[in-house]
Amino acid sequence: MSEQKLQSQTVQTTGHAWDGDLQEYNNPLPTWWVYTFYVTVAFAIVYWTIYPSWPVGKGWIGGASDVTYVNSAGETKTHSWNTRALLVESLNEAAAAQKPYFDKVSSMSYEQIAKDPEMNGFIISAGKSLFADNCAACHQSGGQGVVGFFPNLADDDWLYGGSFDKIHETLVGGRRGFMPAFSEVLSGEQIDQLAHYVASLSGVGHDASKAATGNILFHNDTAACFYCHAVDAKGRKDVGAPNLTDNIWLWAKVPAAQGDAGKVAAIREVIGSGLNKGVMPAWAGRLSTEQIKVLTVYVHELGGGQ
Amino acid sequence: MQTGLEDQLGLYQTRIPIFTRSVKGRFRRFKTSVLVLAYAVYFCLPWIPWSRLDAPAQAVLFDLPGRQFLIFGLTVYPQNIIWLALFLIIAAILLFFVTGLVGRAFCGYFCFQTVWTDFFIWIERAIQGERPTRVRLFRQPWDREKVIKVGSTHALWVLVSFWTGLSFVAYVTYAPQLVLDFFTGRAADAAYITTGFLTLTTYVAAGLMREQVCTYICPYGRFQSVMYQPETLAVHYDAKRGESTHGRAVVRVGRGIVTERRRAPADTAVAVERRQTTMTTGARALAERHEQGLGDCIDCGLCVQVCPAGIDIRDGLQYKCISCGLCIDACNTIMDSFGFPRGLIRYDSESNLAAATQAPPRLHWRGLKTLGYGVALILMSGFLVYSISSQDSFDRAVSQIRQPLYVVLSNNDIRNRYQVRITNKDKHTQTYSISAPDFSADALDLGGFSKISIKPGHSGLVQVSVRLPPALAAKTERFDLVITPQGKPAEARSESVHFDSPSRRP
Repeated sequence: MSEQKLQSQTVQTTGHAWDGDLQEYNNPLPTWWVYTFYVTVAFAIVYWTIYPSWPVGKGWIGGASDVTYVNSAGETKTHSWNTRALLVESLNEAAAAQKPYFDKVSSMSYEQIAKDPEMNGFIISAGKSLFADNCAACHQSGGQGVVGFFPNLADDDWLYGGSFDKIHETLVGGRRGFMPAFSEVLSGEQIDQLAHYVASLSGVGHDASKAATGNILFHNDTAACFYCHAVDAKGRKDVGAPNLTDNIWLWAKVPAAQGDAGKVAAIREVIGSGLNKGVMPAWAGRLSTEQIKVLTVYVHELGGGQ
Repeated sequence: MQTGLEDQLGLYQTRIPIFTRSVKGRFRRFKTSVLVLAYAVYFCLPWIPWSRLDAPAQAVLFDLPGRQFLIFGLTVYPQNIIWLALFLIIAAILLFFVTGLVGRAFCGYFCFQTVWTDFFIWIERAIQGERPTRVRLFRQPWDREKVIKVGSTHALWVLVSFWTGLSFVAYVTYAPQLVLDFFTGRAADAAYITTGFLTLTTYVAAGLMREQVCTYICPYGRFQSVMYQPETLAVHYDAKRGESTHGRAVVRVGRGIVTERRRAPADTAVAVERRQTTMTTGARALAERHEQGLGDCIDCGLCVQVCPAGIDIRDGLQYKCISCGLCIDACNTIMDSFGFPRGLIRYDSESNLAAATQAPPRLHWRGLKTLGYGVALILMSGFLVYSISSQDSFDRAVSQIRQPLYVVLSNNDIRNRYQVRITNKDKHTQTYSISAPDFSADALDLGGFSKISIKPGHSGLVQVSVRLPPALAAKTERFDLVITPQGKPAEARSESVHFDSPSRRP
């Protein structure tokens, strides 16, 4: 069949003849292909003139199109087309789109923001990304914290208070938690007794006689725990001393400890070595006033706000 | 068997121009009415006003920036994407169903390529005249007449193409404003690009490429062939009747009738015989032809001249045939004029044509495949109508906040939080309240507000906290969150959500 095919074809030759009889068939490209090729050539030339194309020396031919944008210093710049300028431009656009909301945030009180469903939607989405960028490294993405390191922002217990103003104060000025190491002033036995007393406050299994002695130690000047943790052991928010009577644990890794002895040991560890690691940086100056306000409401709405 | 091979030898064959002759008849009338209806709908629909409270007053508007399709009284949001999917599936099944019954009816009568080509050919004929005139014009050198006629034809094509493109854009933006903006240079870039692109493609596809689109580009025509059954009605030439034993024969009017035998079915050699007859038309002439063993086909070639695909239907069913029925009209006209019975070319099935005794052509819809498609079509259309007519006035998505899954509070209560997104699909602003009937009212905390008011087409976000005492939390694995539009308790919808607590954590 292929022979028939060849015979039936009348293909022209290019006209050259080598060695007397060696000829070449002339099979031109299909017309549509050739024209498409010409169109792509024309397209390329147009493209070169519009967009940056050829390197010249240390620079390049910028092309006819350019991007005008406002840089971080507030100057209006025009540059030949490039994606970095486009990014700045679209970041500016996005910031401009958010601006009405941020303006609203700064003009409204916390209570007003929390009660306005539309603003609440904005806080949930804008606050989420702010929180993820700045806070989640320590407090985790849901604000649940890490026992032994970073406080849980989603529960209903606060070291320094959970009102809008207190959260704002914490964000602006940062916090520094401190508890002295009692191993320097108390004996191991006394620390053990105190630990049993603290365990008893939260309903953790304990030795009642040791706890009774611990109670005395807690409330007299030997250990003087009541200075910070208050006489009823419910803590003092003005100094960031935690409530010891609830079920929330920040420093002592009680929830993870196995058995009552383990839990008491976790408390003993904290009393003995004290704490000098509860540091939260100040965010004033790093974040704008509006951003801090958004974060304040966001943290408040994580569930624990008072 | 090997038809088409000769085409392959000439892969880069230039297009042989087709000059279709106009014809009158049933199928031409049907095609014309489809064309008029389709054009009326396509070009006028964007201009029908429809008053709306908070959206442009256009009856059909695919509002892409607003993320809504406005179709008369119906507003379709992205959440209703299932309707679009269903609609497209129904359209596909309808195509399968119809193709199984009556062949490529879509190609021949409804496809926009066919409709636009038909209209472009109509323009061509209106300016350049009937087929012989057009052929003459094609062959004549580029003189004044040819330049004017061909030029104005192309100009009109471009105009129609342009309006086609602009009308398309009018579906996605407010039409009166678009036309105003378009001609004053203020319309969006996308409008110019889309209109320009569609102008070009319409002009090229309907004006220049025509049947080549169906032959070389379109996949639908090809895969419809797969759906043909032996019982499928399609445009067929009745070869038994047309060729008889000695083939077709031309009738020459003027010298009585001269029948010229062209080709014997055996196709050995083309012998030419001339016979004088006295009969010209009617039953006796037919009887005379049959006596001589001649078929009913008088080989006038009109069926070829009217064909927009440029094929000869007498060569049998072929992939280039778009089944437009114009050759049926042409043949019937000729048969009528000779007093021969109609239907030498007709809608018939392969099985019936091959049968020893032919029955009148009829629809064979009792096949399992056809019935299956029909049932699927009815079920899906019914579901679509039901789904649209009974749609909820709002959409909701409840997702549990999983970071953290639960929070243990200072008194050992367990709290789970949920993010509830409500989308108002109603035409009016609506206020929604959220409740959890499984628990006491104080277990649920919606934050600063207890109700949320949402504008039509918009979404609202609510954070819901559920706080349960440890004993209850341990028992609760799922509970219902009920979202109620204010004043419409019947439209309340509940979502079953998960409740996590440390006691059930693995």
